Parts: sequence; C-alpha cells; structure tokens
Amino acid sequence: MNIDIEEISKDFGTTAALHPVSLSIPSGTLVALLGPSGSGKTTLLRILGGLEFPTAGRVLFDASDATGLSVQERRAGFVFQSYALFRHMTVFDNIAYGLRARPRRSRPGGPEIARRVNRLLSLIKLPDIGARYPSQLSGGQRQRVALARALAIEPRMLLLDEPFGALDAKVRRELRQGLRDIHDTTGLTTVFVTHDQEEAMQLADLVVVMSMGRIEQVGRPEDIRARPGTEFVREFISA
Amino acid sequence: MTDTPAIPARPRPFRPATTEPALVKWSLIGLCLAVLTVLLFAPLYAVFDEALRRGWAFALASLSEPDAQSAIRLTLLVAAITVPLNAAFGIAAAWAITKFDWRGKAWVITFIDLPFSISPVVAGLLFILMFGANSALGMWLVANGLPVVFAVPGIVLATMFITFPFVARELIPVMLEQGRAEEEAALTLGASGWRTFLTVTLPNIRWALLYGVLLCNARAMGEFGAVAVVSGKIRGQTTTMPLMIEMFYNEYLSVAAFTMAGVLALLALVTLTLKSALEWRYADQLAATHRH
Repeated sequence: MNIDIEEISKDFGTTAALHPVSLSIPSGTLVALLGPSGSGKTTLLRILGGLEFPTAGRVLFDASDATGLSVQERRAGFVFQSYALFRHMTVFDNIAYGLRARPRRSRPGGPEIARRVNRLLSLIKLPDIGARYPSQLSGGQRQRVALARALAIEPRMLLLDEPFGALDAKVRRELRQGLRDIHDTTGLTTVFVTHDQEEAMQLADLVVVMSMGRIEQVGRPEDIRARPGTEFVREFISA
Repeated sequence: MTDTPAIPARPRPFRPATTEPALVKWSLIGLCLAVLTVLLFAPLYAVFDEALRRGWAFALASLSEPDAQSAIRLTLLVAAITVPLNAAFGIAAAWAITKFDWRGKAWVITFIDLPFSISPVVAGLLFILMFGANSALGMWLVANGLPVVFAVPGIVLATMFITFPFVARELIPVMLEQGRAEEEAALTLGASGWRTFLTVTLPNIRWALLYGVLLCNARAMGEFGAVAVVSGKIRGQTTTMPLMIEMFYNEYLSVAAFTMAGVLALLALVTLTLKSALEWRYADQLAATHRH
C-alpha cells in the first residue's frame, strides 16, 4: 500500500512535536524513521497507526484520504516499543486476539484461527511456544510474538516502534534479518522507528532522517551516506 | 615496632549482608509480637471471650432478637448496594484518570481522597444539611414519600460517600504502572473500546479490584460515624450493626454487644481468609501479572 503524508503537523499543548512534514512511501518499501529522541519520529508513526491524530494535514492510503479513519479501521500491524503483549494471555491467545476481535461475519472459526496462529508461529520460527505466557519468554522471543500478533490481522502495513531497542547486540542482529525476511515474504509496506543509524542504514530501503519535528533528508541509505543533505545529517550518521 | 598481621582468634561466622545479629533480630521480632498481642490478638480474644461468657446458647439467643436481626439485615443490604456501585465508580474513575490525559485531573484525584480526610461525622452532617427537613430538597423528598435522612437511602448515601475512595485508590497505582500500551495494542488489532476494557484492562486489574472491593466491603459494614448521624438510630429500622453494638453496650447488655461485635469481626476475618485463599490458589497468575 502506498502511504502519502501531506503537510502533517502535531501540537501537544503549546509545543509542536511535528512541524508540517510531507513524505511519500511507495508500496512494499521498508522505511526507517531515524532520529534522536524528541525528533517526532514516534509521533509520526503513531499518526500513521491512528493512535494520534494530526493537528493539521492529511494521510493518504493508496491515494484515498485516511486521516479520519479510526485506529481499528486502519488495519495497521503495530509493534510497540516494549511489545505490549497481553500479560494474562498465552502466546497463542495473544496472536489470536485480533482474529477473535473481528465482527462475527468475518471472524474465522476456531480450527481456522488455530491454523493461522500455528502458521505465524512457524513464520517467526517459534513453533512450540503457543502455551507459554509472555513473562516466560526472552526479550527476543517477545519481540517476535509481537510481530506475529501484528501480522495475524492481515494488516495493510506494518508499523514498528523501536523494535530492537531493548535487546542485546547479538539478538538484535538476528532479529533484523528476521524482520527483513518477513518483510520480503509478505511484501508489506513497513515503517520502523529507530535512533540507531547503523540499524537504519543496514535494514531499510528508504531512510527518513528526522530532527526537532522536521524531516532533514529522505533517501536510500547509500545516497544519504554519500551525500548528507544537512550538517545535522552528516553529524548524526557519522556518530 | 613490627607490624604483625592481626590473626583473629577464631574465624567469625559468615553472616549474609542483609541480616542482623541474633540479638537485634530477636528483640525486633519480640517487639512486633508484643505490639500485635496488645493491639490485635488480645482485643480480638476479649471480644469473643466476652461474647461467649454465658455460653453459645445465650450468645446466639441475643442475635435472634428482632432488633439484632434487623440490624444484621440492614448492614448486609447497605453493603450489597454500596459495594457494587462503588466498584463501578472506582473502576470508571481509575480508568479515566490513568488511561486519558485531561485538564483538572489532579483536582479529581484530590477529590477522590476527600472522604478519607473529612471526619465521618462531618460527612453525615453534610447529608443532613442537603436532604434534611430544613432544606427545600429534603421537604420535597419527604412530601413525595422518599425520605432520605433518618431512612435507608441516607444510610446508603453516607456509606457510599465514606467508602468511595477504596476501589479507586487500589486501582490507580496499578493501572498507572501498567500503562496504556496493552490497550493501544488491542485497539490496533481491531478491538472496540468496550472489548478492550473487558479482555485487556479488566483482567489486568482483577487482583487490585478484588482487594479494593474487600476493603470497601469491610468499611461499608463497619462504618459508624456518618451513619450514626444520618440514620437517626431508629431501632429495628435504621440501626446498622455498628450502631446496634453501641446501643446494646450503653444498655449494659454486654453479651449482646460483644456477640454482635464478634459477628462483625468474624465477617472481617472471613473476607481476609477468602483473600489469602485466593492469593494462594492463584499465586502463579499473580506472579505472571506482576513480573512481565
């Protein structure tokens, strides 16, 4: 799905989290929103997912206005920073949650839900953990379960907020490849937020460098590295 | 002068860093037990001892008196009305305070605590002023056959006022700590607000809610000051168990007074036992909800 952001701005009280920003994301791209904390990258991601609403501007999904769509109507698979797994449910029930929440007429039956959950569990390469609770999983396993839960709703896009933030270096490298593989298999337009320039450069097709609520530069990783557009970008990517 | 390394006569026994010497340890434990005995165990024993001074039959007979029966029924009725209502209000207040940002939130949190800081007698007087025969509202209510003061509605109102904070106070810290992410996750997965509340919020707060309800119930049954003012203490009609205890005691019916007190204490002990039993039964779930 193509995503177009047109002159989106967001104020929290008197402080502006986003100055009007515009961005075009072609269908099937893996995009990194890269910037230091307070740069507005998470706010932009939450606006795409329908968790925040912009003060002004429009969001277009495949050229139709999606600005007013509720969070449920967006069908965006969202992976939260601390994963936000439902702690009182097993992994199986976590992944099945979105399917069970569907209105009756589009809700799959029990066996079909089980089939889909098991398929997702093998996609994230954790086929045997369905009966466990989130507190019994490692950080990396939790992240993959959160990804499977987001994929279960057959999302139109995948949004990830610092998906590798809380993990150690080795697990981080593995999961990066995991996300790349899942993106390539599903072909979903994917946007992830990170403050780690190395991660953004290695993983993304398109990098959006942000600072102080503004977009500094948009480009392919090699182009940004070769020709940093501003002094900020030059400093940030050499850090 | 030669420096001879001091060799300890005998190796000191290892002691974990977080423990104290035996003397300190046992004097602190002893002190705790002494305080508990004086403040808790001895009075509890005295209540039951006094109640059963003339035997079980006599104690039970004092409970089967019509006035005593009516007091027990009224207390159970008041608790049955106030506890579910305050549970609902408490959940609503905690939910609004912890899951949303709005102007004036700090004020609302302060107001929720108001019943804790106001003397119950004052609270009772407030209801007399509002709904009593000297107010226009009170006169209208009496004329329409719905007296509030010196009647059951007043007792319910006063009890609700006094016990309002218990559920909300228990829930707010838990819900603040849990944050909003799980609710947001449910919404992105397509769940409606109501479904999110039922399947995510409520299961996550059920233990805090249970504690809140138990505390609220204990206070609703035991409230004396506010109820004493609004009830008018009409025997057999507006007398709750705590009021009945005082009446019996003032009339030198000490066995009746202490038997009733024993029943009230027993109700509290039953709730505590219930709570511990549930905690024990669901220990693994409790740990899972807290750790993650």
